[in-house]
Amino acid sequence: MSLLEAREVGKRYGPVVALESANLSVDAGEVHALLGANGAGKSTFVKILTGVIQRDGGSVELRGEPVRVSSPSQAARIGLAPVFQDPALVPDLTVAQNIRLTGLAVEEVRQRLHTMDIDIDFTEQAGDVPLPLLRMIDLARAMARDPQLLLLDEITAALPSDLAERVFAVMEDWRRRGRSVLFITHRLAEVIAMCDRATVLRDGSDVGTVIPREGGERQIVEHMLGPEAAMAEARAAEVDETAPVAAGAATGAGAITVEVSGLRVGSLAGVSFSLRAGEILGIAALEGQGQDDLFAVLAGERRAEGGELNVAGKALRPRHPYDAIRSGLVLVPADRLLALLPQRSVRENIAAPRYNRIGRWGPINPREESRRVSTAIEALQIDTRAQGQVRRLSGGNQQKVTIARWLASGFQTLLCFDPTRGIDVGTKRQIYTLLRRLADDGAAILFFSSELSEFPLVCDRVLTLFGGRITDELAGEGADEASLLRAMHGLVEEVTA
Amino acid sequence: MTSSAAVEARPRRGLNAGRLGRRHGWTVGVYVLLLLLILYWHTIPANWGSFDVQSLAIDALPLAFAAMAQSVVIISGGIDLSVGSLISLVNVVSAKYMIDMGFRNALLFGALLLLGSAAAGAFTGSLIVLTRVPDIVVTLAMLFVWAGVALEILQIPGGGAPAQYLQLGTGHWWSQWIPSGLVILLLAYAIFWLPLRWARPGLALYSIGSNRNAAYLSGVGVARTRIFAYALGGLFCGLAGLSLSATSGIGDPNAGQYYTLNSVAAAVLGGVLLVGGVGGLIGPIAAAFVVTLVKTILILKGVDQNWAQVIQGTLIIVVVMIGGLAIRQRRRT
Repeated sequence: MSLLEAREVGKRYGPVVALESANLSVDAGEVHALLGANGAGKSTFVKILTGVIQRDGGSVELRGEPVRVSSPSQAARIGLAPVFQDPALVPDLTVAQNIRLTGLAVEEVRQRLHTMDIDIDFTEQAGDVPLPLLRMIDLARAMARDPQLLLLDEITAALPSDLAERVFAVMEDWRRRGRSVLFITHRLAEVIAMCDRATVLRDGSDVGTVIPREGGERQIVEHMLGPEAAMAEARAAEVDETAPVAAGAATGAGAITVEVSGLRVGSLAGVSFSLRAGEILGIAALEGQGQDDLFAVLAGERRAEGGELNVAGKALRPRHPYDAIRSGLVLVPADRLLALLPQRSVRENIAAPRYNRIGRWGPINPREESRRVSTAIEALQIDTRAQGQVRRLSGGNQQKVTIARWLASGFQTLLCFDPTRGIDVGTKRQIYTLLRRLADDGAAILFFSSELSEFPLVCDRVLTLFGGRITDELAGEGADEASLLRAMHGLVEEVTA
Repeated sequence: MTSSAAVEARPRRGLNAGRLGRRHGWTVGVYVLLLLLILYWHTIPANWGSFDVQSLAIDALPLAFAAMAQSVVIISGGIDLSVGSLISLVNVVSAKYMIDMGFRNALLFGALLLLGSAAAGAFTGSLIVLTRVPDIVVTLAMLFVWAGVALEILQIPGGGAPAQYLQLGTGHWWSQWIPSGLVILLLAYAIFWLPLRWARPGLALYSIGSNRNAAYLSGVGVARTRIFAYALGGLFCGLAGLSLSATSGIGDPNAGQYYTLNSVAAAVLGGVLLVGGVGGLIGPIAAAFVVTLVKTILILKGVDQNWAQVIQGTLIIVVVMIGGLAIRQRRRT
């Protein structure tokens, strides 16, 4: 029997269509996945179902009754409890106060957390609680309402595997009790393991509902990307697999652009390596092994405490990102909004790094600027439908803009810190291809990622970092997950430094 | 994100000195500063005594209420630039009509005025919510509106109040060392703020100042809470205006000007962060006394009026800077 039935739901912001016409049917006792590339409209859909925003068209029925959800608190009353992508806890209140704020009993939530085997000090301020635990509190808060439908928007993205397991247990429990879960994730393995059915959105419309266990990953990706794109992707993937070999030959030829010796800062305890033009050097590490400090020093955000940094043969001690940028070292951070001007247009964002050259105080040459910006937009295939304000772009397109900025202003070395975090499969591939092309054109790229499967696809060489020191160097092709993890000191389980 | 290190923040039950310090350190610091100033102050006049204490309370009382009004609004994520002229308005209305009343009627009229000023605050808040014009713009406009109305009601300083009413602001109860104004201040705090602080309306107030989106997603009525914050601020403005009538004895359409920016100064000194969501009312009350006491001390020391202002401004920057440094230091460890 159908619990939730949404038909032709649409939402537009001015000329930008966030949701064209989406259908969704969730049965009672079902774990249903909602899938799609970034910008396909998943989060918009969830926000409409839970009353955060209002739909422009279409209908929603709950147990056969038409409903119009006007606010999150009303959604909770009729049995729809969401866990949103951003933590919904107020940072300056304690955990207990946050729970009372929603009108729930503190004991009830504590009980729910307890059944998930999580113990949290409720007198702690929410702002001081680590992100993964905040997600679990969010989940417990939603569970405490005992909803008919639990909506989980990318809850596992910020969770370590042991906590993700507990979320899956909750989903199992909900199904067993004849209730339903709507589950949004980018991890297709989770969908195949956990979900009964999956509805795929593309460009704001649903393009099909599949049974993941039967169709597998390939079928889902095909739906997500569309038939032609899927074929192009397959070709791109083939190219990618041969790319490292081709580049490996070139590695010897490139001149050393960045040389680091004995670098010490924060948790980084003496690191030496060199990076050549035309190569992509990977840095693989568990959370908090010094990679943040390494990138911060190279990008000029932090001063080194010891050791040397040579760029193009000259010693460099950056005191400010400006110094690093002038020497051709530029950063693409994981948090895109740290690098962008969210209220400004795509063009302005791309042109912004060009404004701060000293001695360029005169009027901006508009023709020259627009030529460079257009070239960068084209090279990166940025979707410019929502170009008026960068914050309206999808995450993948925002990340492309952060790279385009440097393309337009020129650089020698690109520092990519987890550049594909929270980006969908198709755009990830585009970014890999782009990085390879930049390297072939003579750029040096330092690449950190939290996804181990990216290293063999992207890198020529991989260094593993543990406890602030380099523990191993692997060739790109040899950097499969198992060897990487071993080199990252076999800390596969819950062991921490 | 494969590491579980972040998850190991297991609870440490029991008294946590570090956390207590982090949450209440600023307030304690302001009271220590106040105590130091008092110790210094009492060595200056030849025969310092209960009279000095009373005159300090008289001077500081309206500012303390104004600071409470401002703090409530700032905590909710707004700012109220109309505080001063709303105080003037309440001041002139009360002085104009109370002069002919008996004590009992004056009290009733005062209660009515409190309701009125709360309604005026709610009006400002509703304007902000409905028009979606930023807080600072709407309250700046209301600064002119209330000031104009106050001048319309009383062009020149005048009016008055029954003697018993004046005693409320300037007298003392039980002992010469306990000014009646101070008692009323504490009563107002206990009646109008404490019951809210730990209940849902108070939590909602802090939540919309801390993270409006998270508050909304938690089911808080954001618009309602914003209006409520301005209404509560209006109520404290009413108390400030009434206490100004009681301590000065007259109504003055320009008397409130002093309080607009000084209320912001007291709130900030008292540990209320301008970004919202952080602070309380206890700190700003003490800060109102600090601001007043510094002025008193500078006058006693015979410092030139203009230089006294420079010193007061410098003090605000220095205190807030030291507080900020202390917080950053603690975060680092």
